[in-house]
Amino acid sequence: MKVGEPEKFIVKGKRLDGRKLDELREIKIEAGILKRADGSAYVEWGGNKVMAACYGPREVHPRHLARSDKAILRCTYNMAPFSVSDRKRPGPDRRSREISKVTREALEPVVFTNLFPRTAIDVFIEVLQANAGTRCTGIAAASVALADAGIPMRDLVPSCAAGKVGGEIVLDLFDVEDNFGEADLPVAMIPRKNEITLLQMDGNLTQEEFEKALKLAMEGCIKVYELQKEALRRKYGGA
Amino acid sequence: MFEVVAEVKKDYIANLLENGKRADERGFDDYRPIVVEKGVSNRAEGSALVKIGKTQVLIGVKLAIGEPFPDMPNSGVLTTNAELIPLASPDFEKGPPDEDTIEIARVVDRGIRESQCIDLDKLCIVAGEKVWIIFVDIHVLDYDGNLFDASALGAVAALLDTCMPKVEEDMVIYGEKTTERLPILHKPVETTFAKINKSIVVDPSLDEELVMDARLTVATDENGTICAMQKGGSGTFTQEEILEIIKRGTRKGSELRKFLE
Repeated sequence: MKVGEPEKFIVKGKRLDGRKLDELREIKIEAGILKRADGSAYVEWGGNKVMAACYGPREVHPRHLARSDKAILRCTYNMAPFSVSDRKRPGPDRRSREISKVTREALEPVVFTNLFPRTAIDVFIEVLQANAGTRCTGIAAASVALADAGIPMRDLVPSCAAGKVGGEIVLDLFDVEDNFGEADLPVAMIPRKNEITLLQMDGNLTQEEFEKALKLAMEGCIKVYELQKEALRRKYGGA
Repeated sequence: MFEVVAEVKKDYIANLLENGKRADERGFDDYRPIVVEKGVSNRAEGSALVKIGKTQVLIGVKLAIGEPFPDMPNSGVLTTNAELIPLASPDFEKGPPDEDTIEIARVVDRGIRESQCIDLDKLCIVAGEKVWIIFVDIHVLDYDGNLFDASALGAVAALLDTCMPKVEEDMVIYGEKTTERLPILHKPVETTFAKINKSIVVDPSLDEELVMDARLTVATDENGTICAMQKGGSGTFTQEEILEIIKRGTRKGSELRKFLE
C-alpha cells in the first residue's frame, strides 16, 4: 500500500474529481501562441499545461543525420523542473527520452516527410504543469503545432488515455488515479484511417478489459480530434 | 540501430510474407530456437544467458542494501538497466544509452514491475530506512533481432536464479550466498510482433526488424493478464490487429514461460 492511496476511487458512479467514468477532463487548445516558432500550440487539459513548438523544415544539425530521401522528424519532450510536486531535475532522463521516442513514432505516420529531403522538422514539447496524461497532452499539442507550421500531413493525431481504477475502466486518468490505479493505456490515433500510432500499457488488464479500454481511449481521441480541429479553425477561419 | 537496407530486401521479405512464408522459413507464430541458461556468472547474485536464434543476451542480478523511495517506505527497489554494447553489433556505439537502449530497459522493467513478479514488500529490512535494492542489468552480446523478448525472458530467469547474499550487521557479504531465493510471485513474459506491410509475425529476425513498419510488445503473466504493452516504430496498427496480437501473444507467452521452469 502506497502513502496517500484513497480508499475508494468511485463513489456512486462518480470519480474523485466528480467526473463520470467515460468523461474527459476540460480541454482547451489554442494554435499559434508563440511568435518565433514556425508553428505552435498550447493545451490545457485538466491540470496539465503543455506548450508545443514546431521548427522546420530546416537545415539538419548535425549534418550526418540528414536523409537524402526524406525529412527527419525529431521530437523532444521536456518537463519544467517546477511542473511536478517533487522538483524534476532539469534535462533529459530515461522517462522523457522514452516519451520523446514514442511521441515521434506517434506523429511520424501522418507527416509527409518525403516532401522535404535533407531537412529536419523539430518538435519541442514543454510540460509547464503536470497532472497525469502529459504524453497525450503533448502529442495533441504537437500535432496542432505541426499543422500551424504548415507541415503537410495526412491527418491530425489526437491522443487520449484510458485505464482501470477501482475495478472500473475509465477515460483520461488524473493524478491520483494514475498513481494508485490498476492500469493506464495511452493511445494516439489517425482518425481518418482509424489506425493507432501510439500504444503503451502498464498495470493489469484482462483481454476483455483491454478491449474495452482501447475502445474507450479511441473514443476519447475522437473528442480531442474535434477540439484540435476547432482550435485550427479559430485561428485560420473557414467553416 | 539504423542499418541501410536495400529496398529489394524489404520487397523480398514482404512478398514472401504475402505468400505466407518467412525468409528463414519459420511459420508466422514460430520463435527461433530458444535456450535459457541460468547461473552463468557466479559473481552475480543471479544470472541468465538467453539465446533466441543467434541473438544472445546476458542478464545479471545484483543486490544491495539501500534506502526505499519515500512514497513506498516498506518496499524493496527494482532498477532495470540495459546496455547495447559495441561488441554486439556494428551499429551499436559506445557512450551513454540511446533511446532504443532506454526503451528496452523500461519495457522490461514495466513487465516485471506491473506483473508484481517480485514481492517487493518482502524486501523491506527496516521500514523507511533499509530495503533491498535489486539491480537487473541487461547486457546484449549478439544482436540478431528481438532484444525485447530475449531481455525480458532473461531478466525473469535471472531473478528466479537469484540467491540472497549473506548479511552481517546490515552489511552485505558478497560471495557468500544463502539458499534463500527472491520472493517471486509471478512469471511475466514478453512477446513481440512485427508488422511488415499487412503481415504480422512473432519474434522478428534482424532483417525483419530492419524492414518492419511497426512492432508491438505484449507482456502477460501466467493467468493471461496483460501487464504491459509497448508499440514501437513509425507504422500503425488497427484495433483488430492489436486484439489479434494480444491473443497470439498470450498463447506464445505460455510457451515461452516453459523456459523459466
